[in-house]
Amino acid sequence: MAVPAERQEPNRAEETDASTQLGDVRPWTMTEVAGHVASDLPVGACVNLGIGLPTLVPGHMPAGVEVLLQCENGMLGMGPRPPMGGEDPDRIDAGKGPVTIVPGGCYFNHNEAFAMIRGGHVDVSVMGAFQVSATGDLANWSVPGELLPAVGGAMDLAIGARRVVVMMRHTTKRGAPKLVARCTYPLTAAGVVRRVYTDLATAEITDGRFVVRAAAPGVTRDTLAQVTSAPIAWDV
Amino acid sequence: MLPANGSSSHEASVTDTRPLARIDKEVATPAQAVAGIGPGATVLIGGFGDAGVPFHLLQALADLGVGDLTIVANNAGTGDDGVAALIRAGLVRRVICSYPRSRGSVWFERRHQEGSLELEVVPQGTLTERIRAAGAGIPAFFTPTAADTALGEGKERRVFGGRACVLEEALSGDVALIRARRADRWGNLTYHAVGRNYGPTMASAARLTVVEVSEPVVEIGDIDPEVVVTPGVYVDRVVFVGTEN
Repeated sequence: MAVPAERQEPNRAEETDASTQLGDVRPWTMTEVAGHVASDLPVGACVNLGIGLPTLVPGHMPAGVEVLLQCENGMLGMGPRPPMGGEDPDRIDAGKGPVTIVPGGCYFNHNEAFAMIRGGHVDVSVMGAFQVSATGDLANWSVPGELLPAVGGAMDLAIGARRVVVMMRHTTKRGAPKLVARCTYPLTAAGVVRRVYTDLATAEITDGRFVVRAAAPGVTRDTLAQVTSAPIAWDV
Repeated sequence: MLPANGSSSHEASVTDTRPLARIDKEVATPAQAVAGIGPGATVLIGGFGDAGVPFHLLQALADLGVGDLTIVANNAGTGDDGVAALIRAGLVRRVICSYPRSRGSVWFERRHQEGSLELEVVPQGTLTERIRAAGAGIPAFFTPTAADTALGEGKERRVFGGRACVLEEALSGDVALIRARRADRWGNLTYHAVGRNYGPTMASAARLTVVEVSEPVVEIGDIDPEVVVTPGVYVDRVVFVGTEN
């Protein structure tokens, strides 16, 4: 299946919802999706957030639930964006935006940051994606002929984090499915994604299927099947 | 590589009358700091985005004008400064980096489209580990990162514990250019926040390690040994450039 490429990063927080062609469906906003991701993070987990949409997650953590946000450029305990004027060029997140560090946080070098990731010390990695397959294959680093290849830490997180979840829109801006039987884009890693959170559904990847655990208002098994090119099991 | 007036001897004999026995790695200007870098050099460049980028050393290297460089860095530079200044000036033949696709990375994109710039994309963790390996005397290592992907093609593949891995080779530099916050005259370094990033690793992996620091160089003993991040043994030259980056 030829899937039109998005000419942008896998996910951009400012994009408008893409799944409005489905009649009565009322897609979740990506802010709501961020809340779904946040509410599934275990207390005390060490969490790495990819660039783009996953950066919405910290703003939706339930009050009082402590997690450790790991930033692969060398920070554990990443805090929110500083107030205007409080930016420090040496205190940025993976997307190069200004951040703060929370009490208890610490800095370390890049090599240690990636030893942490590749050595299995990150509990949850939340990433965006171009495509996710029903067997958990992840494609989120390259669109041949369309974008310069740029991998960053995606392959390290994909193989190193104990649990990899994806947060993305259910389809491309042109309506093509991003949940697929087999990825057509170059793989980041095979068989690593455990759960996907989209604006239409939350689904676990089990036995070569997307097992739907929650669906946005108005989404039925049939409407979801129209925009998903992979086997679906309905367990809402 | 010791400076001409340096000595690391702990057992200077009584007949040793060398007048300048102090180790002092400080040089006065960025131009002096990059002197001697030759054409075709492989240059390790610290930084992630703009954090920790040794902008002053990179400008001095661009001014030096030696070409045919291979540069190893996380990003391929944005705007007109830093890594972009070298690429803009046509001094770079090959870029080994993790994430060249950045907003404002116009000089990299232009030279790459012209076909005058080779690109090797390396997963970020593999990039830093390859550099670490070089500094630690490890010629190669296996990692599951990039196994069975396009970035693992052509590399030796082996399975360990049921997991596919690829062989990655150490990556050393002729020169490392990094930025730190504070140095003493022996080259012991501390950093500022995530500006640390590749600095400590790259410092260990080059034959000549050059550091720009944002605070005036201090006397030995002024940095608490408990907080030294990069031991001075890895550092050859230090230049104070001020807080402006």
